[in-house]
Amino acid sequence: MSGIVAVVLVMLAALLIGAFGIRMSRTTSDFYVASRTVSPLWNASAIGGEYLSAASFLGIAGLILTYGADMLWLPVGWTGGYLVLLVLVSAPLRRSGAYTLPDFAEARLESMAVRRMSSVLVLLIGWLYLMPQFQSAGLVFRTITGAPTWAGGLLVAGVVAVNVLSGGMRSITFVQAFQYWLKLTALAVPLVFMLAAWRSGGSPGLRTGDPWALPLHGREHPLYETYSLILATFLGTMGLPHVLVRFYTNPDGRAARRTTLVVLTLLGAFYLMPAIYGFLGRVYGLPATDTVVLTLPGRLVGGIAGELLTALVTAGAFAAFLSTSSGLTVSVAGVIAQDILHGGVRSFRVATAVAVVVPFALAGMARSLPVANVVGLAFAVAASSFCPLLVLGIWWRRLTTAGALAGLLIGGGLACAAVLATIVGGPYTGWTEALLAQPAAWTVPVSFTVMVVVSLLTPSRVPRGVARTMVRLHTPETLNVDRGDWHPRSI
Amino acid sequence: MTGKPRRVVVTSPRTAAARRPRHPLTREIDEQTRLGEVYMRSLVRTQFRLGLFVCTVLACVVGGLPLLFLLVPELRGMLLLGVPLPWVVLAGLIYPAFVVGAWLYVRQAERNERDFADLVERR
Repeated sequence: MSGIVAVVLVMLAALLIGAFGIRMSRTTSDFYVASRTVSPLWNASAIGGEYLSAASFLGIAGLILTYGADMLWLPVGWTGGYLVLLVLVSAPLRRSGAYTLPDFAEARLESMAVRRMSSVLVLLIGWLYLMPQFQSAGLVFRTITGAPTWAGGLLVAGVVAVNVLSGGMRSITFVQAFQYWLKLTALAVPLVFMLAAWRSGGSPGLRTGDPWALPLHGREHPLYETYSLILATFLGTMGLPHVLVRFYTNPDGRAARRTTLVVLTLLGAFYLMPAIYGFLGRVYGLPATDTVVLTLPGRLVGGIAGELLTALVTAGAFAAFLSTSSGLTVSVAGVIAQDILHGGVRSFRVATAVAVVVPFALAGMARSLPVANVVGLAFAVAASSFCPLLVLGIWWRRLTTAGALAGLLIGGGLACAAVLATIVGGPYTGWTEALLAQPAAWTVPVSFTVMVVVSLLTPSRVPRGVARTMVRLHTPETLNVDRGDWHPRSI
Repeated sequence: MTGKPRRVVVTSPRTAAARRPRHPLTREIDEQTRLGEVYMRSLVRTQFRLGLFVCTVLACVVGGLPLLFLLVPELRGMLLLGVPLPWVVLAGLIYPAFVVGAWLYVRQAERNERDFADLVERR
């Protein structure tokens, strides 16, 4: 019962913020001006709030409980991805002035074809990320109310659509920042109570020699899958469409770096917890599903306290669905409105509807996989397409339009094909399963190779303004140099 | 062919190059002269090497751990204060290590940029 109250409260809060919350700062330039007052801590909290999705809040603990120690790599990669992003991408990306990934593609490669290809990939990655959010919303809603699975997804999709349309949630850094701290609290407070209960119960451990606690165990090709997972998560983070927008709110490249440093700290603090949830779930023999985070507090801490703690984690879970889905929907809708429709407010409305309806329909049709696995596939696509585009685009002058296009097409295409085969077809067995469910280990090298080789074969198609773009990407803002006159088009 | 040959003054055609330019280096960068390009390339290369160094260390740590667990199976179950070693590393120590690495990187990257700015603005 208290779980339903918690869900209703979170939904109402989101709607109220959307309705009354501040409708200002809807254009990129307003966003930019507002950003001058945002400190790295707020900015980083906002990134954390948008980034920590259902996969982080529920999925990781569920997968750790199911597969054991190998899944510890998942949160490690989702945090470490920001370290790679920091050293290779953050400051130059902020200095590029790009507002979205297609913007960056256009600015760097001076090509509308590359821009359109990037837009398509943003759509695919965004939908692949949204779909499991809706699926797990359905799962959680069914756990607390017994409603059919589609109901929870519909609820979240509806609130997100209303919210995005009313202009709330969007650029309000404060709201997203609050979401991070809410999610942290919602996972940490029950954990404190549960650990107290665990201690007073005599600190039971695992059965001696339980293979669950050991790495490289439980799956058919553990070493391949571990490496593929590492590659996808460490390199995929930089290619997520909803994360990039937040970097724009940093006043300059230096602040972008500092923000990323704080993000690493905040995510590290959060990701210490799912492993303990997984461990406690194993000790107390809970069924291995995505709902372990929700059922564990009630199981360990009985009575009214247990019920309140369950309500708190449920609220945290819905906060996770809403914040991530809103961020993704805005990114996807922006791309549809700008690059596929004509632009303007009416296009944005249509685009928002499309952005939400497609993944909702997919959520109903697709095979039900663990949420963190599907989100992992979105990372694999990002790592095989945008990661080479960003890294080569920022550091390698000889990247050509043809090279970028070929890399995005082949790398992104192969990863998408593998994802489609996994979600729609399957389950497979043996190497087929491993290669399709964790494609990054082969698609990322293919993508990089194609981009480099095709670029070297087409030296005449190096963008003409590359020298100026390099100045723009790499010189500190304190220097008074000509950075070119490219600006992102306002949405 | 008779008489004294006329004396000619021999001068280098590159007299201008020897003198210090009166305009600042930022203009060399703006006008994309050879010199400006050299400076820009050196900045990009310095920052890239730093980034590559961090990524290499990261790859060795992160890529090495599964290999270590594969090659030395005893490590998989080794207990440290009652917790299996893989858990101590992957569910604990690696996060502060990331933060420390990131902090060191930010410090060095900002230093590189300051050095570049000093170099360019000194003239």
